[in-house]
Amino acid sequence: MADPMRIRAQAAGDKATVRVLMAHEMETGQRKDAAGKIIPGWYIQEVSAQLNGKTVMTAQWGPAVAKNPFLQFAIKGAKAGDKVSVSWVDNKGEKRTDEATVS
Amino acid sequence: MQTRRDMLSHSAKLAAMLAAVGMLPTLASAQAAGYNAAAFDAKTIPDLMKALGGGAPVESKDVTVTGPDIAENGAVVPIGAATALPGVKRMLLLVEKNPSVLTAIFDVTDAVDSNFATRVKMGQSSDVYAVAMMNDGKVLFAKKEIKVTLGGCGG
Repeated sequence: MADPMRIRAQAAGDKATVRVLMAHEMETGQRKDAAGKIIPGWYIQEVSAQLNGKTVMTAQWGPAVAKNPFLQFAIKGAKAGDKVSVSWVDNKGEKRTDEATVS
Repeated sequence: MQTRRDMLSHSAKLAAMLAAVGMLPTLASAQAAGYNAAAFDAKTIPDLMKALGGGAPVESKDVTVTGPDIAENGAVVPIGAATALPGVKRMLLLVEKNPSVLTAIFDVTDAVDSNFATRVKMGQSSDVYAVAMMNDGKVLFAKKEIKVTLGGCGG
Protein backbone atom coordinates (compact mmCIF):
# COMPACT_ATOMS: atom_id res chain seq x y z
CA MET A 1 0.00 0.00 0.00
CA ALA A 2 1.23 3.38 -0.89
CA ASP A 3 2.09 6.01 1.68
CA PRO A 4 -0.66 8.35 2.83
CA MET A 5 -1.30 11.65 1.09
CA ARG A 6 -0.92 14.89 2.91
CA ILE A 7 -4.02 16.97 2.47
CA ARG A 8 -4.55 20.47 3.74
CA ALA A 9 -7.83 22.27 3.20
CA GLN A 10 -8.22 25.85 4.34
CA ALA A 11 -11.42 27.82 4.15
CA ALA A 12 -11.11 31.43 2.97
CA GLY A 13 -14.27 33.38 2.26
CA ASP A 14 -16.79 31.24 0.38
CA LYS A 15 -14.30 28.63 -0.79
CA ALA A 16 -11.68 26.31 0.52
CA THR A 17 -8.24 25.90 -0.99
CA VAL A 18 -7.12 22.30 -1.00
CA ARG A 19 -3.49 21.31 -1.31
CA VAL A 20 -2.58 17.68 -1.76
CA LEU A 21 0.82 16.04 -1.74
CA MET A 22 0.74 12.42 -2.90
CA ALA A 23 3.53 9.92 -2.42
CA HIS A 24 4.06 8.21 -5.76
CA GLU A 25 6.97 7.23 -7.95
CA MET A 26 5.45 8.60 -11.22
CA GLU A 27 7.81 6.57 -13.40
CA THR A 28 7.38 7.68 -17.02
CA GLY A 29 8.19 4.46 -18.83
CA GLN A 30 10.85 6.27 -20.87
CA ARG A 31 13.83 6.05 -18.59
CA LYS A 32 16.36 3.24 -18.83
CA ASP A 33 18.11 1.43 -16.02
CA ALA A 34 21.84 0.74 -15.82
CA ALA A 35 21.47 -2.31 -18.08
CA GLY A 36 19.76 -0.25 -20.79
CA LYS A 37 16.37 -1.78 -20.21
CA ILE A 38 13.35 0.49 -20.13
CA ILE A 39 11.87 0.92 -16.66
CA PRO A 40 8.14 0.27 -17.01
CA GLY A 41 5.82 3.21 -16.50
CA TRP A 42 4.12 3.53 -13.15
CA TYR A 43 2.06 6.64 -12.63
CA ILE A 44 -1.21 7.95 -11.26
CA GLN A 45 -3.90 7.99 -13.94
CA GLU A 46 -6.98 9.20 -12.17
CA VAL A 47 -7.49 11.56 -9.29
CA SER A 48 -10.79 12.53 -7.76
CA ALA A 49 -11.85 14.77 -4.92
CA GLN A 50 -14.99 14.59 -2.82
CA LEU A 51 -16.56 17.14 -0.52
CA ASN A 52 -18.69 15.46 2.14
CA GLY A 53 -18.90 12.37 -0.07
CA LYS A 54 -19.93 14.20 -3.25
CA THR A 55 -17.47 14.21 -6.14
CA VAL A 56 -16.44 17.75 -7.02
CA MET A 57 -13.45 17.19 -9.26
CA THR A 58 -11.91 14.43 -11.32
CA ALA A 59 -8.66 14.53 -13.19
CA GLN A 60 -6.71 12.30 -15.55
CA TRP A 61 -2.98 12.47 -15.42
CA GLY A 62 -0.22 11.37 -17.73
CA PRO A 63 3.29 10.29 -16.81
CA ALA A 64 4.56 13.88 -17.17
CA VAL A 65 3.24 14.87 -13.77
CA ALA A 66 6.20 15.16 -11.42
CA LYS A 67 7.21 12.57 -8.84
CA ASN A 68 5.35 12.84 -5.53
CA PRO A 69 2.67 14.96 -7.20
CA PHE A 70 1.38 18.19 -5.80
CA LEU A 71 -2.12 19.38 -6.62
CA GLN A 72 -3.90 22.55 -5.63
CA PHE A 73 -7.52 23.44 -6.32
CA ALA A 74 -10.36 25.31 -4.67
CA ILE A 75 -13.80 24.00 -3.71
CA LYS A 76 -16.62 26.54 -3.74
CA GLY A 77 -18.98 26.59 -0.80
CA ALA A 78 -16.81 24.49 1.47
CA LYS A 79 -16.62 25.66 5.07
CA ALA A 80 -14.70 24.73 8.21
CA GLY A 81 -15.62 21.25 9.43
CA ASP A 82 -16.43 19.86 5.98
CA LYS A 83 -14.72 16.65 4.95
CA VAL A 84 -12.56 16.63 1.84
CA SER A 85 -11.32 13.32 0.54
CA VAL A 86 -8.96 12.70 -2.35
CA SER A 87 -8.38 9.39 -4.14
CA TRP A 88 -6.10 8.25 -6.89
CA VAL A 89 -5.73 5.15 -9.06
CA ASP A 90 -2.47 4.33 -10.82
CA ASN A 91 -1.83 2.34 -13.98
CA LYS A 92 -1.16 -0.81 -11.95
CA GLY A 93 -4.60 -0.57 -10.40
CA GLU A 94 -3.32 0.48 -6.99
CA LYS A 95 -5.44 3.04 -5.24
CA ARG A 96 -5.44 5.18 -2.17
CA THR A 97 -7.95 7.49 -0.52
CA ASP A 98 -7.29 9.97 2.26
CA GLU A 99 -9.49 12.43 4.04
CA ALA A 100 -9.00 15.79 5.73
CA THR A 101 -11.21 18.29 7.49
CA VAL A 102 -11.48 21.85 6.22
CA SER A 103 -10.02 24.28 8.75
CA MET B 1 -20.80 -1.25 -7.90
CA GLN B 2 -18.11 -3.02 -9.85
CA THR B 3 -15.51 -4.84 -7.90
CA ARG B 4 -11.94 -4.22 -8.69
CA ARG B 5 -11.55 -7.73 -10.04
CA ASP B 6 -14.42 -7.23 -12.46
CA MET B 7 -12.99 -3.97 -13.59
CA LEU B 8 -9.52 -5.39 -14.16
CA SER B 9 -10.75 -8.33 -16.22
CA HIS B 10 -13.07 -5.98 -18.07
CA SER B 11 -10.36 -3.53 -18.96
CA ALA B 12 -8.00 -6.37 -19.86
CA LYS B 13 -10.60 -7.62 -22.33
CA LEU B 14 -11.07 -4.15 -23.69
CA ALA B 15 -7.34 -3.70 -24.04
CA ALA B 16 -7.08 -7.00 -25.89
CA MET B 17 -9.87 -5.90 -28.19
CA LEU B 18 -8.27 -2.57 -28.89
CA ALA B 19 -4.88 -4.17 -29.39
CA ALA B 20 -6.45 -6.57 -31.88
CA VAL B 21 -7.61 -3.67 -34.05
CA GLY B 22 -4.22 -2.03 -33.59
CA MET B 23 -5.54 1.01 -31.80
CA LEU B 24 -3.47 0.62 -28.71
CA PRO B 25 0.29 0.80 -28.52
CA THR B 26 1.73 -2.24 -26.80
CA LEU B 27 2.15 -1.17 -23.18
CA ALA B 28 -1.49 -1.25 -22.11
CA SER B 29 -1.38 -2.98 -18.77
CA ALA B 30 -4.16 -2.44 -16.27
CA GLN B 31 -5.63 0.73 -17.72
CA ALA B 32 -8.11 2.39 -15.45
CA ALA B 33 -11.60 2.47 -16.89
CA GLY B 34 -12.39 5.74 -18.61
CA TYR B 35 -8.78 6.72 -18.93
CA ASN B 36 -8.19 8.49 -22.21
CA ALA B 37 -5.06 6.68 -23.31
CA ALA B 38 -5.29 8.00 -26.88
CA ALA B 39 -5.14 11.59 -25.64
CA PHE B 40 -2.13 10.87 -23.47
CA ASP B 41 -0.35 9.28 -26.43
CA ALA B 42 -0.86 12.29 -28.69
CA LYS B 43 2.43 13.77 -29.83
CA THR B 44 1.18 17.09 -31.19
CA ILE B 45 -1.53 19.53 -30.20
CA PRO B 46 -3.69 18.91 -33.32
CA ASP B 47 -3.52 15.14 -32.62
CA LEU B 48 -4.52 15.79 -29.05
CA MET B 49 -7.51 17.87 -30.04
CA LYS B 50 -8.60 15.10 -32.37
CA ALA B 51 -8.37 12.57 -29.54
CA LEU B 52 -10.38 14.78 -27.21
CA GLY B 53 -12.90 15.85 -29.79
CA GLY B 54 -12.18 19.55 -29.44
CA GLY B 55 -12.03 22.23 -32.13
CA ALA B 56 -8.97 24.25 -33.07
CA PRO B 57 -7.70 26.11 -30.01
CA VAL B 58 -7.86 29.91 -29.97
CA GLU B 59 -5.55 32.05 -27.87
CA SER B 60 -7.44 33.92 -25.17
CA LYS B 61 -6.47 36.43 -22.54
CA ASP B 62 -9.14 35.05 -20.23
CA VAL B 63 -7.07 31.93 -19.63
CA THR B 64 -3.87 32.17 -17.66
CA VAL B 65 -0.96 29.84 -17.31
CA THR B 66 1.43 30.34 -14.41
CA GLY B 67 4.96 29.05 -14.04
CA PRO B 68 8.56 30.16 -13.68
CA ASP B 69 10.43 31.80 -16.59
CA ILE B 70 13.38 29.54 -15.98
CA ALA B 71 13.18 26.15 -14.32
CA GLU B 72 16.48 24.87 -13.00
CA ASN B 73 15.23 21.34 -12.58
CA GLY B 74 12.97 19.97 -15.31
CA ALA B 75 11.85 17.10 -13.08
CA VAL B 76 9.77 19.44 -10.93
CA VAL B 77 8.28 22.49 -12.62
CA PRO B 78 5.37 24.14 -10.80
CA ILE B 79 2.71 25.25 -13.27
CA GLY B 80 -0.90 26.25 -13.00
CA ALA B 81 -3.92 26.80 -15.23
CA ALA B 82 -6.73 29.18 -14.41
CA THR B 83 -9.65 30.95 -15.97
CA ALA B 84 -12.45 33.07 -14.58
CA LEU B 85 -14.79 32.25 -17.45
CA PRO B 86 -18.03 30.40 -16.64
CA GLY B 87 -19.00 27.22 -18.46
CA VAL B 88 -15.67 25.46 -18.43
CA LYS B 89 -15.88 21.72 -19.05
CA ARG B 90 -12.28 20.76 -18.55
CA MET B 91 -8.87 22.30 -18.17
CA LEU B 92 -5.76 20.79 -19.73
CA LEU B 93 -2.10 21.30 -19.06
CA LEU B 94 0.21 20.71 -22.02
CA VAL B 95 3.95 20.78 -22.46
CA GLU B 96 4.60 21.13 -26.17
CA LYS B 97 8.02 19.49 -26.44
CA ASN B 98 7.47 16.57 -24.07
CA PRO B 99 7.28 13.10 -25.66
CA SER B 100 3.50 13.29 -25.17
CA VAL B 101 2.08 16.79 -25.07
CA LEU B 102 -0.77 16.15 -22.64
CA THR B 103 0.17 16.29 -18.98
CA ALA B 104 -3.11 16.48 -17.13
CA ILE B 105 -6.85 16.81 -17.66
CA PHE B 106 -8.99 18.34 -14.94
CA ASP B 107 -12.72 17.82 -15.27
CA VAL B 108 -14.38 20.89 -13.82
CA THR B 109 -17.69 20.81 -11.98
CA ASP B 110 -19.76 23.69 -10.60
CA ALA B 111 -18.34 23.02 -7.17
CA VAL B 112 -14.71 23.85 -7.97
CA ASP B 113 -12.89 26.89 -9.27
CA SER B 114 -11.32 26.37 -12.67
CA ASN B 115 -7.96 27.05 -11.14
CA PHE B 116 -5.48 24.21 -10.74
CA ALA B 117 -1.83 24.04 -9.87
CA THR B 118 0.49 21.08 -9.98
CA ARG B 119 4.07 20.15 -10.77
CA VAL B 120 5.16 18.63 -14.05
CA LYS B 121 8.24 17.15 -15.67
CA MET B 122 9.74 18.89 -18.70
CA GLY B 123 12.29 17.26 -20.98
CA GLN B 124 13.57 20.53 -22.42
CA SER B 125 12.72 24.21 -22.75
CA SER B 126 9.27 24.46 -24.23
CA ASP B 127 6.01 26.33 -24.43
CA VAL B 128 3.55 25.34 -21.74
CA TYR B 129 -0.17 25.61 -22.50
CA ALA B 130 -3.19 25.99 -20.30
CA VAL B 131 -6.24 24.98 -22.31
CA ALA B 132 -9.85 25.52 -21.32
CA MET B 133 -12.44 23.40 -23.13
CA MET B 134 -15.78 25.10 -22.79
CA ASN B 135 -19.26 23.59 -22.61
CA ASP B 136 -20.15 25.29 -25.91
CA GLY B 137 -17.29 23.54 -27.71
CA LYS B 138 -14.86 26.45 -27.81
CA VAL B 139 -11.27 25.71 -26.96
CA LEU B 140 -9.25 28.56 -25.50
CA PHE B 141 -5.63 28.55 -24.54
CA ALA B 142 -2.80 30.56 -23.06
CA LYS B 143 0.87 29.73 -23.41
CA LYS B 144 4.11 30.60 -21.75
CA GLU B 145 7.68 29.67 -22.52
CA ILE B 146 9.59 27.98 -19.73
CA LYS B 147 13.32 27.50 -20.10
CA VAL B 148 14.68 24.37 -18.54
CA THR B 149 18.31 24.13 -17.48
CA LEU B 150 18.26 20.41 -16.64
CA GLY B 151 15.78 18.07 -18.35
CA GLY B 152 13.42 15.89 -16.38
CA CYS B 153 12.88 13.04 -18.81
CA GLY B 154 15.21 10.26 -19.86
CA GLY B 155 18.66 10.12 -18.25
